[in-house]
Amino acid sequence: MKDKKTSFWSSPAVAGVLASLISIVVGLLLGFLLLLILNAGAAVSGMGTMLTAGVRNLDQLAKVLYQAAPLMLCGLSVGFAFKTGLFNIGASGQYTMGMFFALLCGIHFQMPWYVCLLASMLGGAIWGVFPGLFKALFNVNEVITAIMFNWIGVYFVNLMCANTPDMLAGSWGGSSNDRTAALSAANPGALLPKAGLDKLFAGSTWINIGIFISILFAVLVWVILQKTTFGYELKACGFNRDASQYAGINAKRSIVLSMVIAGALSGLGGGISYLAGTVQYVMLKNILAMGFNGIPVALLANSNPIGTIFSALFISYIQTGGSAMQPTFSAETINIVISVIIYLSAFSLLMRGVISRLLAHRNEKTKGGAAK
Amino acid sequence: MAEDFVIEMLHITKEFPGIKANDDVTLQLRRGEVHALLGENGAGKSTLMSVLFGLYQAEQGVIKKDGKEVEIRDPNDANRLGIGMVHQHFKLVECFTVLDNIILGVEDTRHGILQRAEARKKVMELSERYGLRVDPDALVSDISVGMQQRVEILKMLYRDNEILIFDEPTAVLTPQEIDELMGIMRGFKAEGKSILFITHKLGEIMAVADRCTVLRKGKGIGTVDIAATTKEELSRMMVGRDVQFAVDKKPSEPGEVVLKVEGLRVPSKRHKNDAVKGVSFEVRAGEIVCMAGIEGNGQSELVFGLTGLEKPTAGKVTLKGQDITQAPIRERSKAGMSHIPEDRHKHGLVLDYTLADNLVLQRYWQPEFQRGGIIKAGAVRTYAERLIGQYDVRSGQGADTIARSMSGGNQQKAIIAREIDKDPELLIAVQPTRGLDVGAIEYIHSRIVAERDAGKAVLLISLELDEVMNLSDRILVMYEGEIVGELDPKATTVQELGLYMAGGKRQGEAQA
Ligand SMILES: Nc1ncnc2c1ncn2[C@@H]1O[C@H](COP(=O)(O)OP(=O)(O)OP(=O)(O)O)[C@@H](O)[C@H]1O
Ligand SMILES: [Mg+2]
Repeated sequence: MKDKKTSFWSSPAVAGVLASLISIVVGLLLGFLLLLILNAGAAVSGMGTMLTAGVRNLDQLAKVLYQAAPLMLCGLSVGFAFKTGLFNIGASGQYTMGMFFALLCGIHFQMPWYVCLLASMLGGAIWGVFPGLFKALFNVNEVITAIMFNWIGVYFVNLMCANTPDMLAGSWGGSSNDRTAALSAANPGALLPKAGLDKLFAGSTWINIGIFISILFAVLVWVILQKTTFGYELKACGFNRDASQYAGINAKRSIVLSMVIAGALSGLGGGISYLAGTVQYVMLKNILAMGFNGIPVALLANSNPIGTIFSALFISYIQTGGSAMQPTFSAETINIVISVIIYLSAFSLLMRGVISRLLAHRNEKTKGGAAK
Repeated sequence: MAEDFVIEMLHITKEFPGIKANDDVTLQLRRGEVHALLGENGAGKSTLMSVLFGLYQAEQGVIKKDGKEVEIRDPNDANRLGIGMVHQHFKLVECFTVLDNIILGVEDTRHGILQRAEARKKVMELSERYGLRVDPDALVSDISVGMQQRVEILKMLYRDNEILIFDEPTAVLTPQEIDELMGIMRGFKAEGKSILFITHKLGEIMAVADRCTVLRKGKGIGTVDIAATTKEELSRMMVGRDVQFAVDKKPSEPGEVVLKVEGLRVPSKRHKNDAVKGVSFEVRAGEIVCMAGIEGNGQSELVFGLTGLEKPTAGKVTLKGQDITQAPIRERSKAGMSHIPEDRHKHGLVLDYTLADNLVLQRYWQPEFQRGGIIKAGAVRTYAERLIGQYDVRSGQGADTIARSMSGGNQQKAIIAREIDKDPELLIAVQPTRGLDVGAIEYIHSRIVAERDAGKAVLLISLELDEVMNLSDRILVMYEGEIVGELDPKATTVQELGLYMAGGKRQGEAQA
């Protein structure tokens, strides 16, 4: 009986989930501590807002789901690459390219939303090819190439937008030309359908089918990694490139394909984000944070695609809660607190070690006691 | 009871998921003795030594040093007690130099600056005193396995360890290096150091050990004095039955040519020059051809060239009439080539995969195991379980065991099972029985002979002279990248073979 219990707690899946939960709690505690230091008087109410805002009303809940969708896809992208032995720090660039391809199809070519989504995957995939090719052919670390392509992506997109006047808000009755046109004005057909969800969510503008597409892709990635020969090859190559070569697996092809898929996932994230019609792309000289947020999402989920669904929801929830704290706390403060929580949440691997050590210790004690 | 034990491990029990690796094992090490530890693959030898070295904590039992109970929580504790260990699979930092590896963890610093000069002096002194030749400035990734092992030994000596644990040190060494190591161990003993020595080679135990403790399936069977025992008795204690050392086989009946190699040249590891310099030979169906030679004379590179892991610079390789010189590895595999690789961790296994996934590493793409790109998990499992049973691959959780957690010998058995079961036309086996216990060796040898009798061609690369003489039908000797002789194992002696291997003798234009 006792044996069964220990084996339940020490089974890898349970230990993984437990570790993630503990990390989250630790992160929240530290975030609270920080709030106390920064503004003791409002700390309790602030924390309360952060933790409850996401479920306070349907509109907020819709926002959580809305934000979770691209987060999930970027997390899947990073996690997928990681499972195959690659560190995809280029999710941001791929996300940007995905966004651009989607908007180009939607605004310039007046295509329906599903074509735009496919285009966003293509855009992200193209941006994934480069780090993959450089790694496979010249053994250049994918991190370096990917970081460069994050910046290249932003400037390329800004350049293209600036030189395609009908992409900009000004051509569609908007006031400023520093951003892309609002889809509702330019091409409502490119907006992601709401499929009646808006009625369910009390007319919220945030809700659309994006979250379901993301979950679908999470399951798809899980199937690819766990069930297919393709996933078997990619993982083998990630774990041990020499052995995969010995087994006749084309390691170079695997690396490139892996980055292409990772890129397509991030790209789709970009598409889903901007086809919701809630934001327009503003041409700034900075790379978008969304791709980077995919890293903690993946870490918190231990790169497990199904786990990514939940970690993305969690991080989106915290972010939504954070924005609701706005007037009382400055945006910077909120960002710091959110970062601390997310940062510590990503410590689940470390926690896992701690848990297994604790368990081993307890077993030792109980068994030692029984022996005496 | 005034026996002088430096180390006592009393009633040690250590469990892993699904298996009791050590079950109430007692081992007492006398001061100044060489104590051998013998047992089948997976019997728990490495585990027991890892408990002593602080890598694992036992659930039950006590460890005493000089009669006093001690607690060893990690290798630092072990080090403080003077216990050092050379692991079955070395633990060196590949991109560090030999010297840096030796001092890693116990670096002398002054004002935060590394005192390399003094360390070097001490290392060189030790190296000279014990005859452990190393190049302190070479990178570990560039040196031979033999030298890597000497680095591991120097690591222990540098830390002034008095109790030295050797986990299968001879499995990766050439016969010459083994002799050297035996001498070094005798030297340690003469200085009063105490040695724990794991090996599967009974001859080595008879040669250097004073006593031997035998484990079977995690349990201690007993400790015997070497002076009062024989090889046969030891193997009976260990396996529980009589083991046959000679290979039982009838004369070979070579058929058609399966592998034809013409003027093959293969570059060396760093592509500075050719390691294989124009080699030509044939292997026919129904014969076992052995490529003998001292390590580093081009045998490894020859295999890389034949199997496609390295591109040949010249020459031609034909398998069953099909030119495969430039063929991708998968094509060779489809054409009927099987390969038991030299380095099981580098090439042979994906250590983070389960045993089942590893057993289909060469076949997962076949219709038997996938349909439309979806892996048939059920078929994989059934297949894995059959191989595990047939080849007696032991592990804690059967097909679901992560390969990394398996014992070295069982990892090897898994690879052999996979490669032989592929039913190849040509089996290229590099050191197939490295790290296996005598019972397993007996079985694997019989399987290789069975393959031969079924009309398959076998190319064996082995450093083990016994294996070469016992198993092969024809011996080719490689020296400095060339084939310098062809011998008939029935008509030659170990001495003559040795002479060819050392380059002291050469047949005029050997045409194999
Ligand atoms: N870290 C681990 N996790 C799970 N099981 C383990 C682990 N280490 C060893 N085992 C299991 O414990 C048993 C004993 O393994 P051990 O490595 O001690 O064998 P061994 O006697 O050294 O064998 P070999 O001669 O093959 O090296 C094996 O069945 C192995 O699968
Ligand atoms: Mg072992």
